[in-house]
Amino acid sequence: MTEQAQFTIRVDQNKYLPVGGSEVHAIVTVEATGPLETVAQHAQAAEVIIIDTSTSMATERIGEARKAAMAAIDTLRDGVHFAIIAGTTKATMVYPSRKEMATMNAETRQAAKNAVSGLIADGGTAIGTWLRLAADLFDPYQGAVRHAILLTDGHNQHESAAQLDAALAYCQGKFVCDCRGVGTGWEVAELRKIASTLLGTVQDIPDAKDLEADFRAMAQQAMGKAVADVALRIWTPQTAKIRFVKQVSPTLEDLTGRRVDSGPQSGDYPTGAWGREVREYHVCIEVTPGGIGQEMRAGWVKLVQPDTGMQLAAGNILATWTDDPAQSTRINPRVAHYTGQAELASLIQEGLQAHREHDFATATARLGRARRLAEESGNEATAKLLDRVLDYDRATGTVRLKPHIDRASEIALDVGSVRTVRTRRDPDQG
Amino acid sequence: MAAICPVCSLEGLPGERFCEECGTPLGATLCASCGAGAVDADGYCGRCGVRQPTGRDHAEIELTAGAVRVAGVSDRGLRHSHNEDAMALTVTAVPAGPYAAVPAGTGDPVAGPAGWQGGRDAFPPPAAGGTPGGAGHAVVGVVCDGVSTSPRPEEASQTAADTAAAVLAERLAAGADAVAATYQAVAAAAGAVAGLADSLFDAPACTLVSAVVDPRHVTVGWVGDSRAYWLSGPGSALLTQDDAGPGHVLTAWLGADAGEVVPHVRSFAPEGPGVVLVCSDGLWNYYPDPLALAQAVPDAAADPLAAARTLVELALQAGGRDNITVLVIPFTGRR
Ligand SMILES: [Zn+2]
Ligand SMILES: [Zn+2]
Repeated sequence: MTEQAQFTIRVDQNKYLPVGGSEVHAIVTVEATGPLETVAQHAQAAEVIIIDTSTSMATERIGEARKAAMAAIDTLRDGVHFAIIAGTTKATMVYPSRKEMATMNAETRQAAKNAVSGLIADGGTAIGTWLRLAADLFDPYQGAVRHAILLTDGHNQHESAAQLDAALAYCQGKFVCDCRGVGTGWEVAELRKIASTLLGTVQDIPDAKDLEADFRAMAQQAMGKAVADVALRIWTPQTAKIRFVKQVSPTLEDLTGRRVDSGPQSGDYPTGAWGREVREYHVCIEVTPGGIGQEMRAGWVKLVQPDTGMQLAAGNILATWTDDPAQSTRINPRVAHYTGQAELASLIQEGLQAHREHDFATATARLGRARRLAEESGNEATAKLLDRVLDYDRATGTVRLKPHIDRASEIALDVGSVRTVRTRRDPDQG
Repeated sequence: MAAICPVCSLEGLPGERFCEECGTPLGATLCASCGAGAVDADGYCGRCGVRQPTGRDHAEIELTAGAVRVAGVSDRGLRHSHNEDAMALTVTAVPAGPYAAVPAGTGDPVAGPAGWQGGRDAFPPPAAGGTPGGAGHAVVGVVCDGVSTSPRPEEASQTAADTAAAVLAERLAAGADAVAATYQAVAAAAGAVAGLADSLFDAPACTLVSAVVDPRHVTVGWVGDSRAYWLSGPGSALLTQDDAGPGHVLTAWLGADAGEVVPHVRSFAPEGPGVVLVCSDGLWNYYPDPLALAQAVPDAAADPLAAARTLVELALQAGGRDNITVLVIPFTGRR
């Protein structure tokens, strides 16, 4: 096949450092292009849908969850390997009945929907167990785009945090998992940890009626993935240290701790599967200062498929020392923008934490600053979420927390805090 | 003999060209900074990351034109990481005349040497037919200075210098008049540099100064603030006039964003021997005065390479804030 996904890497930075300067910042933009839809159609894919069937789901939620699972099943194309799991204190195969994947065709599609229509809610919640079963189901499909949907409405009460951590360690790298919390009885931090470890997203679905559309969209997106298991490989000079590697767009995600050494001076940061999309990373490297006029490759960023060793794209992060302050003090606008977006997210996290601890002065200060920063940086979605918990007077700049902050608004703000906007007036966004 | 990998210290097998463990080339160029034999094709060290000096960091050319030698030296300087200057120097055999008579300077007045002809208003180039010249050699020298605030300035300057020199040599060899050939060469260079741009907002740019020294004439053409001087004792003079406004702001350059490029072209027939010095602002920012330049290299006609090296060294000693390029082309009269 000659049709292939193509990737480009672009590095935005001010490479000039003052004499003695050692901290290099760069925004690395990775874009997947080429005939991705065609490539995706021919890509091998495996999908597991995990539905929480704990007792708390036994409202209109289970009915909406059934509809949502059926919508996802309808969206998966023929030939895709798939399975449906029901989760309580244990993990149960809904379809197929044996612990294996089925292959999608007209017959299995109907049979799966029949099985889903019989789902009832009765039991506890042990998410780690559900994920372990999914990991085992994916095992024979290495190299395929492996994606799971996890739906829950409560927190992981029938498992210890250590048990969940062990399950996550078991599952890491085996599949990508998008997590959905329905209602307001689930823990954002818990789902975020799962999604983050498994390179997926978290979304709050306050109203169960919205599940169906969301599941369909997720399945569609999974079917659009063309390349599985891609990693960012970063080479650095022998005496350099990587301070951090963060995904900064479309959402914030600190990848620093995910490094897997791939050579004497290089490490891989897994990014999961790619469809038609753009992701941006903020890389900060500490280097040994060089002399005036000297240029150094502070980082060599490559997009690779670690399994095959194939290199998909590459770019240089550079450092040059100068005694001209006009050059070294210039701040790259993209670096500044994403530094601001990261600050916005931490302000919200700190503000929400202070609010939970009834430290309303700190909560007001942090969330107020977040509100102004959201406006300044053009992050309208986050500004809207903040307006659900505070009153902001644009004219005077004063901020007051709402007397009653409902749980749904708090969850929405927490979940939404990691969503960033791309640089305003960016000619590339045209 | 087995090589030790400079990056991961693994001992390779005899005859192996790359390290089994990390793929580093074995027995490659040694890094000028840390000594590792790990310099890759892009010029970066695989151990310490330092970019290695390239051919353009310090380049020297020396050629012979008939009985005389001509030379050029280009240097990165002390403050820039790349040499964004480019130079080209060629010698070409030229047939006997005609060398065009250029209308006497109706353009901007310039304190040039005696015998100045032409000026900005020599455009469009004069038709063929003029004072006869003798057969012999013509030396073509071009210096271009990449505009630092433009993308890929080193590509712009190299492209412009190579293109202008090639067109000049080709036109002169075909018997063209030096003034007409200079217009054609600058137009070709301007087109080539404009062609490097992806868009008007991504337009590599550079300056250009050319000199043609043939048996009877010296012809200079320029766009921007790179210069040509005539060095001849007390008769020394600046031959060009910078396209620059207050604060050294360029008012003309080559590049897709430059609009129509109209070069200045001037020509004169020296009355005695001298030296044509072509240079970028890395030199003249420190030594703008023609007399001072002439005094710094009194033996330039006898040893142009030594003179070019001396002038570059003077600019480095004065601070070397910019890239420095110097061409030294003696004029002896008939060759
Ligand atoms: Zn090695
Ligand atoms: Zn080195």
